[in-house]
Amino acid sequence: MSLFLLFFSAAIVNNFVLSYFLGICPFVGVSKRVSSAVSMGMAVTFVMLITAVVTWLIYHLLLVPFEVEILEYVSFILVIASLVQLVEMFIRKVSKPLYDTLGIYLPLITTNCAILGLALFSVLRDYSFIESVVFGLGAGVGFTLALVIMAGIREELELAPVPKYFQGAGITMIVAGGLALAFMGFAGMI
Amino acid sequence: MSSTISLKTEFVKGIWKENPVMASLLGLCPALAVTNAAMNGLAMGLATTFVLLSSSLMISALRNFIPHQVRIAGYIVIIATFVTVADRFLAAYLPVISASLGPYIPLIVVNCLILGRQEAFSSRNGIGRSLLDSLGMGLGFILVLVVLGIIREILGSGSIFGVAILGDWFTPWMIMILPPGAFLTLGILIALANWYNDTSRSKDGGVVS
Repeated sequence: MSLFLLFFSAAIVNNFVLSYFLGICPFVGVSKRVSSAVSMGMAVTFVMLITAVVTWLIYHLLLVPFEVEILEYVSFILVIASLVQLVEMFIRKVSKPLYDTLGIYLPLITTNCAILGLALFSVLRDYSFIESVVFGLGAGVGFTLALVIMAGIREELELAPVPKYFQGAGITMIVAGGLALAFMGFAGMI
Repeated sequence: MSSTISLKTEFVKGIWKENPVMASLLGLCPALAVTNAAMNGLAMGLATTFVLLSSSLMISALRNFIPHQVRIAGYIVIIATFVTVADRFLAAYLPVISASLGPYIPLIVVNCLILGRQEAFSSRNGIGRSLLDSLGMGLGFILVLVVLGIIREILGSGSIFGVAILGDWFTPWMIMILPPGAFLTLGILIALANWYNDTSRSKDGGVVS
Protein backbone atom coordinates (compact mmCIF):
# COMPACT_ATOMS: atom_id res chain seq x y z
CA MET A 1 0.00 0.00 0.00
CA SER A 2 1.37 3.38 -0.91
CA LEU A 3 2.18 5.77 1.91
CA PHE A 4 -0.47 8.25 0.86
CA LEU A 5 -3.19 5.60 0.90
CA LEU A 6 -1.99 4.49 4.33
CA PHE A 7 -2.24 8.05 5.61
CA PHE A 8 -5.66 8.58 4.05
CA SER A 9 -6.97 5.28 5.38
CA ALA A 10 -5.82 6.01 8.94
CA ALA A 11 -7.14 9.57 8.91
CA ILE A 12 -10.50 9.21 7.16
CA VAL A 13 -11.66 5.76 6.11
CA ASN A 14 -10.66 3.83 9.22
CA ASN A 15 -10.87 6.82 11.53
CA PHE A 16 -9.55 5.81 14.96
CA VAL A 17 -12.44 7.35 16.86
CA LEU A 18 -15.38 6.67 14.58
CA SER A 19 -14.59 3.21 13.30
CA TYR A 20 -12.14 1.68 15.83
CA PHE A 21 -13.64 3.37 18.93
CA LEU A 22 -10.20 4.34 20.17
CA GLY A 23 -9.91 7.53 22.22
CA ILE A 24 -13.60 7.73 23.06
CA CYS A 25 -12.93 9.16 26.55
CA PRO A 26 -11.37 12.46 25.32
CA PHE A 27 -13.82 12.42 22.40
CA VAL A 28 -16.67 12.66 24.90
CA GLY A 29 -14.82 14.64 27.57
CA VAL A 30 -12.85 17.32 25.70
CA SER A 31 -15.22 18.08 22.83
CA LYS A 32 -17.22 20.96 24.26
CA ARG A 33 -15.19 23.82 22.71
CA VAL A 34 -13.56 23.90 19.27
CA SER A 35 -10.46 25.67 20.64
CA SER A 36 -9.74 23.04 23.29
CA ALA A 37 -10.51 20.28 20.79
CA VAL A 38 -7.83 21.66 18.45
CA SER A 39 -5.27 21.80 21.28
CA MET A 40 -6.10 18.29 22.43
CA GLY A 41 -5.89 17.03 18.86
CA MET A 42 -2.46 18.63 18.40
CA ALA A 43 -1.18 17.15 21.66
CA VAL A 44 -2.42 13.68 20.69
CA THR A 45 -0.97 13.89 17.16
CA PHE A 46 2.39 14.94 18.60
CA VAL A 47 2.48 12.10 21.14
CA MET A 48 1.29 9.62 18.48
CA LEU A 49 4.19 10.52 16.18
CA ILE A 50 6.76 10.04 18.94
CA THR A 51 5.06 6.85 20.13
CA ALA A 52 5.07 5.41 16.62
CA VAL A 53 8.84 6.01 16.36
CA VAL A 54 9.80 4.80 19.83
CA THR A 55 7.56 1.72 20.04
CA TRP A 56 8.69 0.57 16.60
CA LEU A 57 12.33 0.84 17.68
CA ILE A 58 11.65 -0.94 20.97
CA TYR A 59 9.72 -3.77 19.37
CA HIS A 60 12.12 -4.42 16.50
CA LEU A 61 15.44 -3.67 18.19
CA LEU A 62 14.78 -4.98 21.70
CA LEU A 63 11.79 -7.29 22.02
CA VAL A 64 12.27 -9.31 18.82
CA PRO A 65 16.07 -9.90 19.07
CA PHE A 66 15.77 -11.00 22.71
CA GLU A 67 12.61 -13.05 21.98
CA VAL A 68 10.57 -11.40 24.72
CA GLU A 69 7.55 -10.32 22.67
CA ILE A 70 5.43 -11.39 25.64
CA LEU A 71 6.53 -8.16 27.34
CA GLU A 72 4.98 -6.12 24.51
CA TYR A 73 2.06 -4.69 26.50
CA VAL A 74 4.01 -3.98 29.68
CA SER A 75 6.87 -2.26 27.89
CA PHE A 76 4.65 -0.27 25.49
CA ILE A 77 2.47 1.20 28.20
CA LEU A 78 5.47 2.05 30.39
CA VAL A 79 7.20 3.73 27.46
CA ILE A 80 4.07 5.70 26.57
CA ALA A 81 3.56 6.81 30.18
CA SER A 82 7.14 8.01 30.54
CA LEU A 83 7.14 9.57 27.05
CA VAL A 84 4.13 11.68 27.91
CA GLN A 85 5.85 12.77 31.11
CA LEU A 86 9.03 13.67 29.19
CA VAL A 87 7.14 15.57 26.50
CA GLU A 88 5.34 17.53 29.18
CA MET A 89 8.60 18.49 30.91
CA PHE A 90 10.25 19.35 27.59
CA ILE A 91 7.42 21.59 26.41
CA ARG A 92 7.26 23.38 29.76
CA LYS A 93 11.00 24.13 29.52
CA VAL A 94 11.07 25.17 25.86
CA SER A 95 7.84 27.00 25.14
CA LYS A 96 5.62 28.50 27.81
CA PRO A 97 2.75 29.45 25.45
CA LEU A 98 2.65 25.96 23.95
CA TYR A 99 2.63 24.48 27.45
CA ASP A 100 -0.30 26.68 28.43
CA THR A 101 -2.25 25.42 25.40
CA LEU A 102 -1.40 21.71 25.59
CA GLY A 103 -0.28 21.31 29.19
CA ILE A 104 -3.49 20.26 30.88
CA TYR A 105 -4.26 17.68 28.21
CA LEU A 106 -0.93 15.88 28.25
CA PRO A 107 -1.43 13.81 31.44
CA LEU A 108 -4.78 12.61 30.07
CA ILE A 109 -3.08 11.19 27.01
CA THR A 110 -1.41 8.31 28.89
CA THR A 111 -4.74 6.55 29.32
CA ASN A 112 -5.93 7.44 25.82
CA CYS A 113 -6.45 4.08 24.17
CA ALA A 114 -5.72 5.58 20.76
CA ILE A 115 -2.00 5.84 21.62
CA LEU A 116 -1.56 2.23 22.77
CA GLY A 117 -3.90 1.15 19.96
CA LEU A 118 -1.61 2.80 17.44
CA ALA A 119 1.43 0.93 18.76
CA LEU A 120 -0.46 -2.39 18.79
CA PHE A 121 -1.85 -1.97 15.27
CA SER A 122 1.63 -1.17 13.92
CA VAL A 123 2.98 -4.42 15.34
CA LEU A 124 -0.08 -6.44 14.31
CA ARG A 125 0.08 -5.24 10.70
CA ASP A 126 3.85 -5.55 10.52
CA TYR A 127 4.48 -2.00 9.32
CA SER A 128 7.96 -0.87 8.32
CA PHE A 129 9.49 2.09 10.16
CA ILE A 130 8.33 4.69 7.61
CA GLU A 131 4.87 3.13 7.41
CA SER A 132 4.50 3.28 11.22
CA VAL A 133 5.36 6.97 11.26
CA VAL A 134 2.91 7.77 8.45
CA PHE A 135 0.27 5.64 10.15
CA GLY A 136 0.84 7.56 13.41
CA LEU A 137 0.52 10.91 11.66
CA GLY A 138 -2.64 9.83 9.84
CA ALA A 139 -4.22 8.49 13.02
CA GLY A 140 -3.43 11.76 14.82
CA VAL A 141 -4.92 13.88 12.04
CA GLY A 142 -8.01 11.66 11.97
CA PHE A 143 -8.41 11.95 15.73
CA THR A 144 -8.11 15.75 15.55
CA LEU A 145 -10.62 15.88 12.72
CA ALA A 146 -13.23 13.82 14.57
CA LEU A 147 -12.71 15.78 17.78
CA VAL A 148 -13.01 19.18 16.09
CA ILE A 149 -16.14 18.24 14.11
CA MET A 150 -17.73 16.89 17.30
CA ALA A 151 -16.84 20.07 19.23
CA GLY A 152 -18.34 22.22 16.48
CA ILE A 153 -21.59 20.27 16.60
CA ARG A 154 -21.72 20.38 20.40
CA GLU A 155 -21.27 24.15 20.44
CA GLU A 156 -24.39 24.36 18.27
CA LEU A 157 -26.21 21.77 20.36
CA GLU A 158 -26.09 24.04 23.41
CA LEU A 159 -28.72 26.17 21.72
CA ALA A 160 -30.82 23.24 20.53
CA PRO A 161 -33.83 21.80 22.39
CA VAL A 162 -32.38 18.38 23.24
CA PRO A 163 -34.94 15.99 24.82
CA LYS A 164 -34.47 15.92 28.59
CA TYR A 165 -33.21 12.36 28.99
CA PHE A 166 -30.79 12.64 26.08
CA GLN A 167 -28.97 15.64 27.50
CA GLY A 168 -25.25 15.11 28.14
CA ALA A 169 -23.80 11.74 27.22
CA GLY A 170 -26.90 10.44 25.40
CA ILE A 171 -27.00 13.05 22.67
CA THR A 172 -23.20 12.92 22.31
CA MET A 173 -23.47 9.22 21.46
CA ILE A 174 -26.29 9.83 18.97
CA VAL A 175 -24.30 12.58 17.25
CA ALA A 176 -21.24 10.32 17.17
CA GLY A 177 -23.43 7.67 15.54
CA GLY A 178 -24.40 10.14 12.84
CA LEU A 179 -20.77 11.10 12.28
CA ALA A 180 -19.72 7.45 12.08
CA LEU A 181 -22.46 6.93 9.51
CA ALA A 182 -21.16 9.87 7.47
CA PHE A 183 -17.57 8.61 7.65
CA MET A 184 -18.71 5.20 6.42
CA GLY A 185 -19.38 6.94 3.13
CA PHE A 186 -15.62 7.05 2.58
CA ALA A 187 -15.37 3.27 2.89
CA GLY A 188 -15.53 2.62 -0.84
CA MET A 189 -12.59 4.92 -1.56
CA ILE A 190 -9.87 2.42 -0.70
CA MET B 1 -14.47 6.26 56.67
CA SER B 2 -15.45 3.38 54.45
CA SER B 3 -16.29 1.03 57.32
CA THR B 4 -19.61 2.83 57.74
CA ILE B 5 -20.67 1.53 54.33
CA SER B 6 -21.99 -2.02 54.44
CA LEU B 7 -20.25 -4.69 52.41
CA LYS B 8 -23.42 -5.31 50.44
CA THR B 9 -23.57 -1.68 49.31
CA GLU B 10 -19.93 -1.89 48.28
CA PHE B 11 -20.79 -4.81 46.02
CA VAL B 12 -24.15 -3.64 44.66
CA LYS B 13 -23.25 -0.05 43.77
CA GLY B 14 -21.25 -1.01 40.68
CA ILE B 15 -24.13 -2.90 39.11
CA TRP B 16 -26.54 -0.02 38.69
CA LYS B 17 -26.05 3.18 40.72
CA GLU B 18 -22.38 3.70 39.89
CA ASN B 19 -22.35 1.47 36.82
CA PRO B 20 -18.97 2.07 35.15
CA VAL B 21 -20.36 2.51 31.63
CA MET B 22 -23.83 3.99 32.12
CA ALA B 23 -23.15 6.28 35.08
CA SER B 24 -19.45 7.15 34.90
CA LEU B 25 -18.85 6.67 31.14
CA LEU B 26 -15.72 4.62 31.81
CA GLY B 27 -14.54 1.84 29.55
CA LEU B 28 -16.49 3.10 26.57
CA CYS B 29 -13.97 1.92 23.99
CA PRO B 30 -14.48 -1.83 24.59
CA ALA B 31 -18.19 -1.34 25.34
CA LEU B 32 -18.67 0.07 21.85
CA ALA B 33 -16.04 -1.83 19.91
CA VAL B 34 -16.67 -5.49 20.72
CA THR B 35 -20.43 -5.60 21.25
CA ASN B 36 -21.40 -6.48 17.67
CA ALA B 37 -22.23 -9.96 19.05
CA ALA B 38 -23.36 -10.98 22.52
CA MET B 39 -20.62 -13.61 22.85
CA ASN B 40 -17.87 -11.07 22.18
CA GLY B 41 -19.36 -8.74 24.78
CA LEU B 42 -19.47 -11.54 27.35
CA ALA B 43 -15.86 -12.59 26.65
CA MET B 44 -14.62 -9.01 26.86
CA GLY B 45 -16.58 -8.46 30.08
CA LEU B 46 -15.16 -11.61 31.67
CA ALA B 47 -11.59 -10.78 30.61
CA THR B 48 -11.91 -7.24 31.99
CA THR B 49 -13.41 -8.52 35.25
CA PHE B 50 -10.57 -11.00 35.62
CA VAL B 51 -7.98 -8.25 35.18
CA LEU B 52 -9.90 -5.94 37.51
CA LEU B 53 -10.18 -8.56 40.26
CA SER B 54 -6.55 -9.70 40.09
CA SER B 55 -5.19 -6.14 39.96
CA SER B 56 -7.40 -5.09 42.88
CA LEU B 57 -6.22 -8.08 44.91
CA MET B 58 -2.57 -7.27 44.17
CA ILE B 59 -2.83 -3.51 44.65
CA SER B 60 -4.91 -3.58 47.82
CA ALA B 61 -2.44 -6.09 49.26
CA LEU B 62 0.54 -3.90 48.31
CA ARG B 63 -1.12 -0.56 49.05
CA ASN B 64 1.18 0.23 51.99
CA PHE B 65 4.34 -0.65 50.04
CA ILE B 66 3.83 1.24 46.77
CA PRO B 67 5.42 4.72 47.07
CA HIS B 68 2.84 7.44 46.50
CA GLN B 69 4.81 9.28 43.77
CA VAL B 70 5.14 6.29 41.43
CA ARG B 71 1.82 4.63 42.23
CA ILE B 72 0.24 5.17 38.80
CA ALA B 73 3.22 3.63 37.01
CA GLY B 74 3.11 0.75 39.49
CA TYR B 75 -0.60 0.15 38.93
CA ILE B 76 -0.12 0.19 35.16
CA VAL B 77 2.64 -2.43 35.30
CA ILE B 78 0.49 -4.70 37.48
CA ILE B 79 -2.53 -4.25 35.21
CA ALA B 80 -0.49 -4.83 32.05
CA THR B 81 0.90 -8.05 33.53
CA PHE B 82 -2.56 -9.48 34.19
CA VAL B 83 -3.73 -8.36 30.75
CA THR B 84 -0.86 -10.34 29.23
CA VAL B 85 -2.02 -13.37 31.23
CA ALA B 86 -5.63 -12.96 30.02
CA ASP B 87 -4.50 -12.41 26.43
CA ARG B 88 -2.27 -15.51 26.34
CA PHE B 89 -5.01 -17.58 28.02
CA LEU B 90 -7.62 -16.58 25.44
CA ALA B 91 -5.21 -17.12 22.56
CA ALA B 92 -4.41 -20.63 23.84
CA TYR B 93 -7.86 -21.90 24.83
CA LEU B 94 -10.39 -19.78 22.90
CA PRO B 95 -8.55 -18.85 19.68
CA VAL B 96 -11.75 -17.92 17.80
CA ILE B 97 -12.86 -15.36 20.38
CA SER B 98 -9.30 -14.12 20.77
CA ALA B 99 -9.12 -13.48 17.02
CA SER B 100 -12.45 -11.66 16.85
CA LEU B 101 -11.55 -9.41 19.80
CA GLY B 102 -8.13 -8.70 18.28
CA PRO B 103 -6.26 -5.72 19.74
CA TYR B 104 -9.11 -4.89 22.10
CA ILE B 105 -7.85 -7.49 24.59
CA PRO B 106 -4.45 -5.77 25.05
CA LEU B 107 -6.30 -2.45 25.15
CA ILE B 108 -7.80 -3.53 28.51
CA VAL B 109 -4.53 -2.06 29.86
CA VAL B 110 -5.79 1.46 29.19
CA ASN B 111 -9.40 0.81 30.20
CA CYS B 112 -10.03 3.79 32.49
CA LEU B 113 -12.42 1.65 34.53
CA ILE B 114 -9.59 -0.52 35.87
CA LEU B 115 -7.10 2.25 36.65
CA GLY B 116 -9.93 4.34 38.06
CA ARG B 117 -10.99 1.65 40.56
CA GLN B 118 -7.38 1.12 41.68
CA GLU B 119 -6.80 4.82 42.26
CA ALA B 120 -10.20 5.51 43.83
CA PHE B 121 -10.77 2.34 45.80
CA SER B 122 -8.21 -0.49 46.03
CA SER B 123 -5.35 1.81 47.05
CA ARG B 124 -7.35 2.91 50.11
CA ASN B 125 -9.25 -0.18 51.20
CA GLY B 126 -8.50 -3.67 52.42
CA ILE B 127 -8.39 -6.79 50.26
CA GLY B 128 -11.92 -8.02 51.02
CA ARG B 129 -13.63 -4.73 50.34
CA SER B 130 -11.58 -4.11 47.19
CA LEU B 131 -12.48 -7.52 45.81
CA LEU B 132 -16.19 -6.93 46.47
CA ASP B 133 -16.02 -3.51 44.85
CA SER B 134 -14.23 -4.93 41.80
CA LEU B 135 -16.66 -7.82 41.51
CA GLY B 136 -19.62 -5.40 41.53
CA MET B 137 -18.01 -3.09 38.99
CA GLY B 138 -17.02 -6.06 36.83
CA LEU B 139 -20.56 -7.48 36.91
CA GLY B 140 -21.97 -4.05 36.02
CA PHE B 141 -19.55 -3.88 33.09
CA ILE B 142 -20.44 -7.41 31.90
CA LEU B 143 -24.14 -6.56 32.19
CA VAL B 144 -23.87 -3.50 29.93
CA LEU B 145 -21.67 -5.29 27.40
CA VAL B 146 -23.97 -8.29 27.16
CA VAL B 147 -27.12 -6.15 26.90
CA LEU B 148 -25.51 -4.03 24.17
CA GLY B 149 -24.28 -7.18 22.44
CA ILE B 150 -27.72 -8.85 22.57
CA ILE B 151 -29.54 -5.80 21.19
CA ARG B 152 -27.03 -5.31 18.39
CA GLU B 153 -26.86 -9.00 17.52
CA ILE B 154 -30.66 -9.45 17.36
CA LEU B 155 -31.17 -6.39 15.19
CA GLY B 156 -27.99 -6.75 13.16
CA SER B 157 -27.81 -10.49 12.55
CA GLY B 158 -31.14 -11.87 13.83
CA SER B 159 -29.47 -14.15 16.37
CA ILE B 160 -28.48 -14.39 20.04
CA PHE B 161 -25.11 -15.86 21.06
CA GLY B 162 -24.77 -17.12 17.49
CA VAL B 163 -28.13 -18.98 17.50
CA ALA B 164 -30.53 -17.68 14.86
CA ILE B 165 -33.83 -16.84 16.51
CA LEU B 166 -35.51 -14.63 13.94
CA GLY B 167 -36.65 -16.41 10.80
CA ASP B 168 -36.06 -15.62 7.16
CA TRP B 169 -38.70 -12.88 7.19
CA PHE B 170 -36.36 -10.64 9.12
CA THR B 171 -34.00 -8.45 7.12
CA PRO B 172 -30.98 -7.78 9.37
CA TRP B 173 -30.20 -4.13 10.03
CA MET B 174 -26.59 -4.21 8.90
CA ILE B 175 -26.00 -0.85 10.51
CA MET B 176 -26.38 -2.32 14.01
CA ILE B 177 -23.26 -4.48 13.78
CA LEU B 178 -21.29 -1.62 12.19
CA PRO B 179 -19.76 1.25 14.21
CA PRO B 180 -22.72 3.70 13.95
CA GLY B 181 -25.04 1.09 15.50
CA ALA B 182 -22.82 0.95 18.58
CA PHE B 183 -23.02 4.69 19.18
CA LEU B 184 -26.78 4.86 18.56
CA THR B 185 -27.60 1.87 20.79
CA LEU B 186 -25.50 3.17 23.68
CA GLY B 187 -26.99 6.67 23.32
CA ILE B 188 -30.52 5.29 23.53
CA LEU B 189 -29.61 3.01 26.47
CA ILE B 190 -28.16 5.96 28.39
CA ALA B 191 -31.32 7.97 27.76
CA LEU B 192 -33.47 5.02 28.93
CA ALA B 193 -31.37 4.70 32.10
CA ASN B 194 -31.83 8.46 32.76
CA TRP B 195 -35.57 8.09 32.23
CA TYR B 196 -35.76 5.05 34.53
CA ASN B 197 -33.75 6.74 37.29
CA ASP B 198 -35.87 9.84 37.02
CA THR B 199 -39.25 8.10 37.22
CA SER B 200 -38.22 5.71 40.02
CA ARG B 201 -36.87 8.71 41.95
CA SER B 202 -40.12 10.66 41.69
CA LYS B 203 -42.03 7.55 42.87
CA ASP B 204 -39.82 7.53 45.99
CA GLY B 205 -41.17 10.96 46.81
CA GLY B 206 -38.50 13.03 45.16
CA VAL B 207 -35.58 11.69 47.18
CA VAL B 208 -32.41 12.43 45.27
CA SER B 209 -29.86 9.72 45.88
